[in-house]
Amino acid sequence: MNILHRFANPTRFQRLSKKIEPWVLVLMLLTMGSGLYFALFSSPVDYQQGHTVRIMYIHVPAAWMALFCYTAMAIAAAISLIWKHGLADIAVKATAPIGAAFTFLALVTGSLWGKPMWGTWWVWDARLTSVLVLFFLYLGYMALRDAFDDPARGAKSSAILVLVGFVNVPIIKFSVDWWNTLHQPASVIRMDGPTIHVDMLMPLLLMAFAFKFYYLWVMLVRIRQELMAQRIRALKHRQAIE
Amino acid sequence: MASFTGENLSCIRGERLVLEGINFALEGRGAMILTGPNGAGKSTLLRLMAGLMRPSQGRLLWNDTNVSDDAAEHNCRISYIGHADAVKPAFSVSENVGFWAEMNGSKGHTPEQAMTSLGIAHLADLSARYLSAGQRRRVNLCRMLTSGADLWLLDEPTTALDSETSASLGELIAAHRHKGGMVVISTHTDLGISDAVSLPLEVTR
Amino acid sequence: MSGLSVILRREIRLALRHSTDSFMVVGFFVIAVVLFPFGVGPESNMLARIGPGVIWVAALLAAMLSMERLFQTDYEDGSLELLVLSPVPMELTVCAKVFVHWLTTGVPLILTAPLLALMMNVPFEAWPVMLASLALGTPVLSLIGAIGAALALGARRGGVLLSLLVLPLLIPVLIFAVGAIDAHLMGGGAKANLLLLGGVLLGALALAPWASAAALRQAVAS
Repeated sequence: MNILHRFANPTRFQRLSKKIEPWVLVLMLLTMGSGLYFALFSSPVDYQQGHTVRIMYIHVPAAWMALFCYTAMAIAAAISLIWKHGLADIAVKATAPIGAAFTFLALVTGSLWGKPMWGTWWVWDARLTSVLVLFFLYLGYMALRDAFDDPARGAKSSAILVLVGFVNVPIIKFSVDWWNTLHQPASVIRMDGPTIHVDMLMPLLLMAFAFKFYYLWVMLVRIRQELMAQRIRALKHRQAIE
Repeated sequence: MASFTGENLSCIRGERLVLEGINFALEGRGAMILTGPNGAGKSTLLRLMAGLMRPSQGRLLWNDTNVSDDAAEHNCRISYIGHADAVKPAFSVSENVGFWAEMNGSKGHTPEQAMTSLGIAHLADLSARYLSAGQRRRVNLCRMLTSGADLWLLDEPTTALDSETSASLGELIAAHRHKGGMVVISTHTDLGISDAVSLPLEVTR
Repeated sequence: MSGLSVILRREIRLALRHSTDSFMVVGFFVIAVVLFPFGVGPESNMLARIGPGVIWVAALLAAMLSMERLFQTDYEDGSLELLVLSPVPMELTVCAKVFVHWLTTGVPLILTAPLLALMMNVPFEAWPVMLASLALGTPVLSLIGAIGAALALGARRGGVLLSLLVLPLLIPVLIFAVGAIDAHLMGGGAKANLLLLGGVLLGALALAPWASAAALRQAVAS
């Protein structure tokens, strides 16, 4: 059984993650708390959009997270395919639902923001459309990962899919922008102003960091959980054949 | 003379350790029979030898070079008979055999010779969809004969074969070894290979 | 190169013996397009306006339907293992299979498209651009579809899964192809879009054989 352990090297990870987990949690709570306070109470009201501008403090960091998580998945997938590192594979698996959730959050907040701004719940705006496609990529990954009876097969197939998808993301982004300029809607108020005021930038960045720390924290918990589950499966298997 | 050795081979499949610390050495004209209960990893070891899977630990060596260093080269040396027969129902028997002979570079028997030695020459023009399981297995064995490979890897080759064909398979193996070839077989049938090395495998815990 | 010609001949011969498969793909393509006038009404200006897009979406779906079988039979009867173990590099084998897939589905789709364009009242001056976009775009469908088919091999509900994996990746093809036709009809010139589509084709040619071969190797390894 010692090979299995060498592949995942869980003890060292367990020790390290237990040590940094409380710090990550504290940092997350601090940035999230202060970020939400600034975003909801102390930041200025936009002269055009009024209070709806506050949606941005969730929407924009969530959209950043959507891309960040996919990039993280691609890096982890490459590591797991090339060096066959067990932890990297668990990281891909653990990141996917978090990324999908943030992507969904970005879509929902985008739609909520669209209603007062554009008068409809959904506009085929280039950014929103790209995020929608990204959401499909997450769904595809999770569906493929889950579609095999042999978990190792699902892990490898879906890792290749993530890499193929990652190569495609810039092409999709470019093509959607291209398509959108071709079919430009009559009046679109751009979501980003020419320059952003410091009072708005600060809560935005705080929320972005809060989301990153949240991601880190969930990853630590989920990887530990998965390692535990692997150990339980191995023990059960041993018990069953003895 | 060629040699094929495995050093401390281990294999993990789906979080489960299937093989652990397997060692073997095979010289030209050698034969090895894999024995052991179901689930001991006989098929897995054959797939490792074929290069379909990589060992999680340990090395497979051909003449002291790692086989994974040049997988394409290794593919030319081996012929693998698995559980499925790879027979296309849309092709005739001779088309099936002929395709694989060409694919593998036509270094061994001609398709006609192969079909004659396995007793299916009279079926050459028959569409493969009408073949019985045993006849399909014989088509698959023809593929092995035409490949001209040094190392035959046979996973339960006698399933669905009648005793007569099993006997002629035994003779073909003897002839192959006489020419310097090697054979690794997992089988429960006695193929009359009296001087074969036996590699007992156990279910790992 | 002899290995390539051997596998090409085998694939073509297999495709000829299963030629009804091609007809089914074309049949689906025609029916899918014919449904639209029933769905949106037979008004000819409207049909002409949406025609190129409808034809392209239907071609995309028809190609996806045929994709699942690309490696499936070889996987089930054990041929795939032996193809991986053959001296011919797997990337080359994938190229041969994809090329024959395009010959047996992409080309029939291109040949049927003018008939559907006629029924959808697509203006004649758009036809050359539409055919050019199909000629450049359908090979991409086969190439990217091959990656999906290889990845979903042996999965539960492989066909639906394949579409879920591959269709998002094919959005750029759809955008550039229909963009070319629209731009041409609006007098903007189709060149930029067609060049982009050609770029996507080159990219897919570089990526797909490699990724599919990697996926197939690990499909037979488990």
